Amino acid sequence: MIGLWSVPLLFALPLALGILSLLVVPAWRPRLIFVGLPLLAAASLDVLAGLATAGPQVYRLGDWIAPLGINLVVDGLAVGMILMTTLVATLCALYARVYLRDHPPASSFFWPLLWFLWAGMNGIWLAEDIFNLYVGLEVMGLAAVGMVALRATPQALAAAMRYLLAALLGSLAYLLGVALLYAAYGTLSMAGLHEAATNNATTQVALALIILGLLLKTALFPLHAWLPPAHGGALTPVSALLSALVIKASFYILLRLWLVLGPEVTPELTAQLLGVLGAGAVFYGGWMAWRQHHLKQLVAYSTVAQIGYLFLFFPLVTNTSPEAARLAWDGTLMMLVAHALAKAALFLSAGNLILAVGSPQISHLVGISRFRPMSLFSFGLAGVSLMGLPPSGGFTAKWLLLHSAILSGQWWWLIVLFLGGLLSAAYIFKVFRMSFREGPQIDRSVTPPLTLDVVALVLAASAILIGLFAHLPLHWLRMGSVLGMG
Amino acid sequence: MSGSLVFAWSGVLLFGLGLFGFIAHRHLLRRLLAFNIMGSGSFLVLVGLAQEGRGVDPVPHALVITGIVVAVASTALALVVFRRWYRASGRTDLPEDT
Repeated sequence: MIGLWSVPLLFALPLALGILSLLVVPAWRPRLIFVGLPLLAAASLDVLAGLATAGPQVYRLGDWIAPLGINLVVDGLAVGMILMTTLVATLCALYARVYLRDHPPASSFFWPLLWFLWAGMNGIWLAEDIFNLYVGLEVMGLAAVGMVALRATPQALAAAMRYLLAALLGSLAYLLGVALLYAAYGTLSMAGLHEAATNNATTQVALALIILGLLLKTALFPLHAWLPPAHGGALTPVSALLSALVIKASFYILLRLWLVLGPEVTPELTAQLLGVLGAGAVFYGGWMAWRQHHLKQLVAYSTVAQIGYLFLFFPLVTNTSPEAARLAWDGTLMMLVAHALAKAALFLSAGNLILAVGSPQISHLVGISRFRPMSLFSFGLAGVSLMGLPPSGGFTAKWLLLHSAILSGQWWWLIVLFLGGLLSAAYIFKVFRMSFREGPQIDRSVTPPLTLDVVALVLAASAILIGLFAHLPLHWLRMGSVLGMG
Repeated sequence: MSGSLVFAWSGVLLFGLGLFGFIAHRHLLRRLLAFNIMGSGSFLVLVGLAQEGRGVDPVPHALVITGIVVAVASTALALVVFRRWYRASGRTDLPEDT
């Protein structure tokens, strides 16, 4: 247990900062990040160091024994997600500090909500039992809905309401599944369920409810209708946080529960169905993104599409060879992290382009390449990763998934990977075609503050770099995971 | 059928009724009430089904208390967003729902 002091800090700290930021005057709220961000970065790195030296562990909160106490699991997957959250949320917070100066009413409530969101996400990454996953989902979900409503326009309020209704329905379906699992096996711990679960009707119904609830929260096609208005209509740093991190949390729970219950219970048909829905998301999301006229709506539909790739995990690990399953695990996690970095970069640089031309319309970007090359460069770098061109993280992820599909003999997923890449190229180049068209020779665009461009560029560059240095994060992510052990 | 199973089946019934109301109604206040009925249903299942054949179990009770706190917080947030939406648009339902 020594050296793990930072594990509970990962959600105690953001919770404390959230409450503290509500107590101080609004002008002080943004300044709390100069205390909070270094502390959270230190705690995240300390957890990584603990994992690297002592290997995966279970941390008992307050030394109470489950089910009275709460167990936190510190394995490679959890630590990987924590580092991803710290990196993306830190950069989004730095961006928001500058960006929100022009939105004073929104800025006073953004900061408490950011800390609560962070606490909820870190709670999910670390939770070892299915009920604390539910609590984490709710803390994160309610904060996310508040963030969508920050803009306080009728459209934003309608988007927030729709998002809230979808999130509540999803949580209740999940909770009912938890109730059935507890009734059947008398345990909430994932390790306990992995041992106890057998293939019977109760487990199947419970798993079906949990999967449905989480699909709604992850916005997998055809349950995605709430996502584009919520992600595309929010303030730019909020869009980036929601698309990069929040939807990953419900997918993460699905991934963990699939590994815990899946092999015993799920028929191959369910796995194939999830893959088919994922393929549907890739095609439909890509097609809809290409048809959008608003820049941020295009990026939001691109999220709908990219979620689809993550769901190719399920057919590729169910009843396939260990080697194919390991490649699918690596590929899916690489896809998850690369998408988080690239999508945050894409939203932030799209926000910079909108600031520059003063309009969300893609057609108003005509000629911007001459005057704002840096904002456009970040957009392009992030686009390279989303399209899956080498040497980006998106390319490495697709390469691994492609190998897994070939090894397991499921060639039909190759079509999804290939056509999905072409569709992403189509909607990214739609933006570029406008920007490089010759427009008025006089620079009428506004220059966004340098911080905004630098943050977007750092995120976009990390989306590329993670592809070049993929072996190290992948090595960590395998530590202690169900598939990594095998 | 034992006592605790009666609770569990009532819970399933309430969940089903709530789900129907959540989907069928357009008025946001009705949908919110339906959500609360669904919530109560899942709490009944959580407590009732876990007691079946095993006697009283404190763990589900603790979970339900947490669940109630979450449901109250969600309802409060939904009411705030709904009020702001009503003031901004004068509507009690969401745009594409008509």
